[in-house]
Amino acid sequence: MTRYLGWIAGAGLVALPFVYHQPYHLHLLVVILIWSFAYTSWSVMGRFGLVSLGHGGFMGIGAYVTALAWNHGGLTPWIGIPIALVAGGVLALLVAYPCFRFRITGHYFALVTLALSGIVLQVITATRDHTGGSLGYTPTRYQGGSSLYAMQFTGKTTWYLIALGVWAVGLYVWYRVDRSMMRYALEAISEDEDGAAAAGVHVTAEKLKITVLSAVMTALAGALYCQYQMFISPDTVSGISISLQMVFAVVVGGIYVSLGPTVGAIITILLAEVLRISFGTRAVGWDNLVYGVLLVLFIVFLPKGIVGSLLAAARPRKSVRAVAGT
Amino acid sequence: MLELRSVRAGYGGFQALFDVSLEVRAGEAVGVIGPNGAGKTTLLRVISGLIRPTAGSIAMEGVDLVATPAHRIVAVGIAHVPESRRLFPRMTVEDNLKMGGFLPAARAKYQDRLAFVYELFPRLRERRRQLAGTMSGGEQQMCAIGRALMSDPKLLLLDEPSAGLAPVIVEQVFDLVKRIRAGGLNVLIVEQNVRQVLRVVDRAYLLKAGSIRAAGSASELLSSETIREAYLGV
Amino acid sequence: MAIFDVFLLEALINGVLLGGVLALLSLGLNLVFGVIDVVWICYAELIMFGMYGMYFLYTVYHWPILVAAAACIAGVGALGVLLHVLVIAPLLGAAPINQLLATGGVLFFLQSAATVLFSIEFRNLGLRLPVLKLAGMFISYSRLLAFAAALIGMVLVFLFLSRTYTGAAIRAIAQDRQIMVLMGVDTRRIYLITSALGGGLAGLAACLLVLQYDVHPFVGLSFGPITFLICVLGGLGNFGGGFVAAFVFAELISLGGLYLDLEWGYVFAFVFFIVMMFVRPEGLMARRS
Repeated sequence: MTRYLGWIAGAGLVALPFVYHQPYHLHLLVVILIWSFAYTSWSVMGRFGLVSLGHGGFMGIGAYVTALAWNHGGLTPWIGIPIALVAGGVLALLVAYPCFRFRITGHYFALVTLALSGIVLQVITATRDHTGGSLGYTPTRYQGGSSLYAMQFTGKTTWYLIALGVWAVGLYVWYRVDRSMMRYALEAISEDEDGAAAAGVHVTAEKLKITVLSAVMTALAGALYCQYQMFISPDTVSGISISLQMVFAVVVGGIYVSLGPTVGAIITILLAEVLRISFGTRAVGWDNLVYGVLLVLFIVFLPKGIVGSLLAAARPRKSVRAVAGT
Repeated sequence: MLELRSVRAGYGGFQALFDVSLEVRAGEAVGVIGPNGAGKTTLLRVISGLIRPTAGSIAMEGVDLVATPAHRIVAVGIAHVPESRRLFPRMTVEDNLKMGGFLPAARAKYQDRLAFVYELFPRLRERRRQLAGTMSGGEQQMCAIGRALMSDPKLLLLDEPSAGLAPVIVEQVFDLVKRIRAGGLNVLIVEQNVRQVLRVVDRAYLLKAGSIRAAGSASELLSSETIREAYLGV
Repeated sequence: MAIFDVFLLEALINGVLLGGVLALLSLGLNLVFGVIDVVWICYAELIMFGMYGMYFLYTVYHWPILVAAAACIAGVGALGVLLHVLVIAPLLGAAPINQLLATGGVLFFLQSAATVLFSIEFRNLGLRLPVLKLAGMFISYSRLLAFAAALIGMVLVFLFLSRTYTGAAIRAIAQDRQIMVLMGVDTRRIYLITSALGGGLAGLAACLLVLQYDVHPFVGLSFGPITFLICVLGGLGNFGGGFVAAFVFAELISLGGLYLDLEWGYVFAFVFFIVMMFVRPEGLMARRS
C-alpha cells in the first residue's frame, strides 16, 4: 500500500511545476529540496553516531570548487562538479582516516570536524583574492544564464526538476545504505567498536566509506546550491553555522528516518522565510536565534525529532536495562 | 544502630534484593556472606545511598536513611568502602584521605583523623605523596579503608575487602579490621570469603539470590550445613 | 639577515604571549569537561558576550576598567551557571551527542542574540595601550598584560584546585563520579561551582581578548575552533596537555602569520593537528575516557 502511495506522491511532485507556476513558491521548493538533500547527506553518517559538526566545510568545498573551476579554469560544471566531489571526498579521507584509525570518536570527533568547517571558512576568507572572501563569489553568467553547458538555467521549472531528482537520489542512497550490510556493521560499531572488530568488521574501512559518501553528497549539495543561486559566500554555504544548521534540521525532523531530514528542511526554511517576511530587515539574526532556542528545546524534550518521536509513539518497545553487578 | 526492614532494591527492571531485613547493634561487627550475585554489594549500596530502595525502611540510630539525600548519609555516621576500592587514581594518598574527610564536621578534626589513620597504616604515611593508582592492591585497600575512617564514622561498611588480593594480604586486611573493631567501631562486612569474615564478626547473615536465608552467630554459621549448600548449590 | 631574525624573534615572543591566553581558554573548557563531562561548544560565544560586556561597561558607560573587568568575570560566571542549570543539567543522563548539540544550539542562540542586540558592527574598546620597543622588536603592552593576567589566573585556579577541599572535590569528581556521594559531596553543587569557574575564566579571557581585538557577534569563530583543537590535542580534561598544546598552537599561528596572512596560521595549526594525530595519537587521548 505504502509503495503505491510513494509512486503517486512522486508523480504528483514531478507534475507540480507544470500545473502551478508561482515562481516564488517554486523557488522555495527548490531551496527546500537542495537543503533536504544536504541534510539527508549528513544523516547518512549521523544516524550511526558519527556526528560530524563539519559538514559545512564539505558543502563549502562543493560550492567554491565548482565556481572557481568555472570562473578561473573555464571548466564546465559538468567537469567542475566531479572535481569538487573528489575534493570533498579527499578532504573527508584526510581528516577522517586518522580520526578513525586512532579511535577518535564521540566528543573528539565532533570537535575535530567542527574545527574543520571553521578552517575551511578561514581558507575561503584567506584566499579572498580568488574567492572574494566574506563578500561572496559569483559564477559568471554564460549565454544569458541559460545554458546546459554551463549548467545555468533561468527557468524555475528546470531547477525544480533537477533539485527533485537529486533529492530523490539522496533518498535512494539513504534507502540503499539502510538495507545494506554496511548499516549493520555501522550499527554494531556505534554500539561497541571493539566487539564489532572482534566479530570481523573492518571498523575503520566501514566508517571511512560512509563518511566519504556523506561528504561527497554534501559537496554535491553545495555545488547545486552554487549553480542555482549563482551567488555563494562563506557564511551561506560553509562554516560552523551551516554545520550546526544541518544537525539542527535533522534532529528536528528525525535522525533515524529517511524523510526526517526533509521534514527538518521544510521546517527550518519555512521558519526562516516567515521570520524574514514578518520582521523584514530586522530579521537578521532572529531566525538563528529561534533555531538556537528550538534546538535546545528539541534536544531536551524530543531527542528523536518530530518524525522519529511520532514513529516511536506508534511503536512502543520494551527496553532492556543492563545490570551493574549485585 | 542500623536497621533494615523489608528492603527491596534493584537496577532498572532488575530486582536484586527481596524483603531484606537485618540489623547491626551498637558495638557489633556483622557479616553478610553469600555466593556471587547474591546481592551483597547492592545491599551496601542501598545503605550508603548509592542506590535507593524501592520499598522498605532503613534507619541509622533512628534517622530515616531513605528520606535522607544520598550525600548526607555520610554525615549520619556511615562510611562505605566500595567494592574494588574505588580510590581516585590520579590523586595522592593524602588527597584521597582528604576527600574522605570532606564533611565539615570531619574537616574540623582533620589533623587528628589523619594522625589516627597514619598510625593504623604506617605504610600510608610513607607513601602519602604517591599517586593512589600506582599502589599495590593491598596498599590500595588500606588507603580505601583509611579514607573511609577520615569521616570518623560510627559504622563502617566494607564491600568484599578480600577481592583481588593475595591470601597473605587478605589475612592482613582482616587483622586490621579486627584492630579497628577493637577500637570501638561498628562494622558491616560483605564478603565471599566465609572463613576470613567469620573470624572477625560476631554475627552474620547469609544472603542468596537477594534474600536472607540464614542468620546466627559466627560460630553457629561456621559449622552450619546451610552455608555449604548455599555456596555449592548442593 | 639581522632584520629577519628580529621579526622571527618578535613572532616567537608574540606566540608565547598568545599562548598564555589560549592556555587560559583551554583551561576553562577542560575544567568543565573534566568535571561535568560536557563540552561547551558555545564557550567562545560566552567569551564574546564578556567582550561586549567590557565594551559597554568601559567604553559606553565609563566604568573604571578594573571594576568593569570584575563585573564581566562575575557576569560570565553567572552565564556559565545559567547555561548549566537550563541546558546541561536536564541532559546529564542523555547521550553525549545530545549534550554537544544542545550547546551547539546555545552557540546559535548567543551569536544571534548578539546580532539582534548589538548589530554586526565591529566594536573596539577604544583603549590605546603603548607599544614597547625592545631591541628592535615591537611588543604590544596589551599583549604582555594579557599574558601576565592569564598566567595569574591559571596560578590562582591551580592553587584553588590543589589547596582547597572544593578544589580537591573537583579533581576527584573527574576521576570517579559515582562514589563522590560516599565522601558527602553534593555533585550538583560541584557542577554549579565548576560552571561558575568555567564561566569566570571565560570572563577573564574576554577582558584580555577585548584589549587586543574588536568584538562582533561572530568573533567567537576566530578562537573557538582553535581552542577545541588545543583541548583535543592535549587530551580533553587534561590540564597539563592543554597548557602545552596551547603554546604549540600559538607559535604556529604566530609564525604562520609572520610569513602569510593570519588565516593561514589557523590552517597550519589544523594541518599540524592532523599530522600530530598520526605521530602521537596517545597525545590525543584524555587520561579519562
